[in-house]
Amino acid sequence: MTDTSHSPDGALARPFDGPATDAALRRFLDGLPGVDAVGLEQRAATIGTRSIKSSSKAAALDAVLSLIDLTTLEGADTRGRVRSLVSKAITPDPSDPSVPRVAAVCVYNDMVHHAVEALGAHHAGSGGDIAVAAVATAFPSGRASLAVKLQDTADAVAAGADEIDMVIDRGAFLSGRFGQVYDEIVAIKNACRRSDGGHAHLKVILETGELSTYDNVRKASWLAILAGGDFIKTSTGKVAPAATLPVTLLMLEVVRDWHLGTGQRIGVKPAGGIRTSKDAIKYLVAVAETAGEEWIAPTLFRFGASSLLDDVLMQKQKLTSGHYSGPDYVTVV
Amino acid sequence: MTFLDYAPAPESTAILDLKSEYGLFIDGEFVDGDGGSFATISPATEKHITTVQSASAADVDRAVAAARRAFEGPWSRLSGSDRGKYLFRIARLVQERARELAVAESLDNGKPIRESRDVDVPLVAAWFFYYAGWADKLEHAGVGSAPRPLGVAGQVIPWNFPLLMLAWKIAPALAAGNAVVLKPAETTPLTALLFAEILQQADFPPGVVNIVTGAGDTGSALVTHPGVDKVAFTGSTAVGRAIAKQVAGSSKRLTLELGGKAANIVFDDAPVDQAVEGIVNGIFFNQGHVCCAGSRLLVQESVHDEVIEKLKRRMATLRVGDPLDKNTDIGAINSAAQLERIRALSAIGEQEGAERWSPACDLPENGFWFAPTIFTGVDTSHRIARDEIFGPVLSVLTFRTPAEAISKANNTPYGLSAGIWSDKGSKILAVANELRAGVVWANTFNRFDPASPFGGYKESGYGREGGRHGLAAYLASTAGAAVVQTEQATKPKKGRTT
Repeated sequence: MTDTSHSPDGALARPFDGPATDAALRRFLDGLPGVDAVGLEQRAATIGTRSIKSSSKAAALDAVLSLIDLTTLEGADTRGRVRSLVSKAITPDPSDPSVPRVAAVCVYNDMVHHAVEALGAHHAGSGGDIAVAAVATAFPSGRASLAVKLQDTADAVAAGADEIDMVIDRGAFLSGRFGQVYDEIVAIKNACRRSDGGHAHLKVILETGELSTYDNVRKASWLAILAGGDFIKTSTGKVAPAATLPVTLLMLEVVRDWHLGTGQRIGVKPAGGIRTSKDAIKYLVAVAETAGEEWIAPTLFRFGASSLLDDVLMQKQKLTSGHYSGPDYVTVV
Repeated sequence: MTFLDYAPAPESTAILDLKSEYGLFIDGEFVDGDGGSFATISPATEKHITTVQSASAADVDRAVAAARRAFEGPWSRLSGSDRGKYLFRIARLVQERARELAVAESLDNGKPIRESRDVDVPLVAAWFFYYAGWADKLEHAGVGSAPRPLGVAGQVIPWNFPLLMLAWKIAPALAAGNAVVLKPAETTPLTALLFAEILQQADFPPGVVNIVTGAGDTGSALVTHPGVDKVAFTGSTAVGRAIAKQVAGSSKRLTLELGGKAANIVFDDAPVDQAVEGIVNGIFFNQGHVCCAGSRLLVQESVHDEVIEKLKRRMATLRVGDPLDKNTDIGAINSAAQLERIRALSAIGEQEGAERWSPACDLPENGFWFAPTIFTGVDTSHRIARDEIFGPVLSVLTFRTPAEAISKANNTPYGLSAGIWSDKGSKILAVANELRAGVVWANTFNRFDPASPFGGYKESGYGREGGRHGLAAYLASTAGAAVVQTEQATKPKKGRTT
């Protein structure tokens, strides 16, 4: 994983000189090519017409499963619900042990230790294959002091979170304080350090629904990568619209361009609103045809979703049995 | 198998219920002609699809006579709103039979089902809906307060968008109250014959639309027929020129929509990723068999390398193959003759020193195929920068300033279309004003709408199709119509006696 992530001190090739001031960042971000909304949406629509059938569909469904961050982010979350979620992450389909496991479970900060405990030997931190992701930095609004955000992050890391899903300060971004957004990401990245010298992977949530324009999404994507994000993530799931195919396509173009320029691979995570296998497969097509097939891997692409898993399981059952099952044939959390 | 090797997803041809042989559609019936018959084949497999008739001059005569009877009989006496009802009926039937028409089009033409399904057939329906709405509003078409139809229109259409070109020709002609005789292209008659079935289904008055299949001789017989009042042709500039000569000196009205060598201009401030999509759509849409294709890419030198690198990456994801597979992006070249022309011009491009590149792609063994190709380092004097290739071949030229872009874009005998890519609206408007092209797309390419007039400058032809202008091409002002009527009254009605 180390080859796909930045070092926390930001020692990567920077496309501009000098300190990351508002003015320097604005000059750089404004110099990026614009995004034509009609053209972007047209390309996304064409990607959506790809017809993924038979063997390709089976492979795609397995890939989708292995890319899911199985998520519960409710005020009503309890230890019991988190344990139930973890149990489903470990055994997605009790009737078919060959079904791949999801990539991670994603929970609030204070639920991390419950998730780690429930995962036991399956936890990535204990040599298992399921990571624990924690939303932090005053998720979902991000409206708190930097000190609180740093403490929020440090708590989650200390409790065993392998991945931190932070939110950017959209207010600062929209009022042009790019330096502040940048500095905050750098600071949170530092707070992701673990005592053993490693660091939790940082996913930077742009909340594209609040950024409003595709040009803003592109700028915020570059800003997050420049500041050291390992992943760029569309949404918290608490704001509509959440992930859309055009927005994700645009972010995939950014990570492709970053890779072409620096050789580094950054991950992308659409989150919120992806509920069906059919939709998820469209995202896979976008990944493969834009960034490239090597991005179809848990280190570089994730779905933030809660109900998607059930639909994928039902689709898989349909592929093997030839008929549709129903929601009673997949487990509830 | 990698994920990108999508498993085959072929559209079924079971929906087609084709006859083994089709006659000529004259006076509301399929009838035998006396010009012999020929086969239409699938360009993707070279397999036989069906047999169609080759209309002789006498057959064309019968068709024109039937159109004349229909025009002077029920059709011209119908109210505009009743004519509109017939057109609305066609539009709805096209929508109902959309899948069947799309499959037939891809089978006969070789274009990908994605395009026939998502572009051609929906536009066909849109064209009929649009002109159906005009049928009772002709006094607003801009040709005076009491416009009159011209009479019988002889229409000859090409093979690149067989059903769509039929719609572009027939919809405005009928809305204006004309009767028509249409000749589809020799290699792509299938959807026109299915359209004849739709006319029967719509209970059209016999003779209002007649469809005569055949090759160049049939077309020549049609456009020179003295009973034809209006000739509309879409096709090559060479044939268009011949038709203009044949029609010269007669009272026939003529519109020509001919070739093109469109410039697609990418400025350094363009939205690059969408520009790359637009370049791909501009030249690889419909295998480049598009008269308004963006076949000359003019890219600003400062972004040339970036654009070409991204274009090559994108081209590597294009899927060439079975037109009926839902994931195919580029289908078959329409005919062996066209493939030969594309090969010959591409070979000339190499000889002249341009650098040729195609992505690695496996082409099927049977059928007519050509990999998507770009030539970089093309100069304005190269033949591939001047001649219309009409295939999936892009010539890339560079420019340094807007003035140079404009001068290179206009440096062609054609003038059908052009594209401009820039994030700066004022630049787009300023450049568009200077381009001598009938259609200028800004930050998009190859987009069509029935409300928008389409047509060319210079050797790309004259007259406009689409919109109010397209309707006016089938109407005479009251004074003009009176002359036409008088001529018809005194003219020997040749067509009727045979």
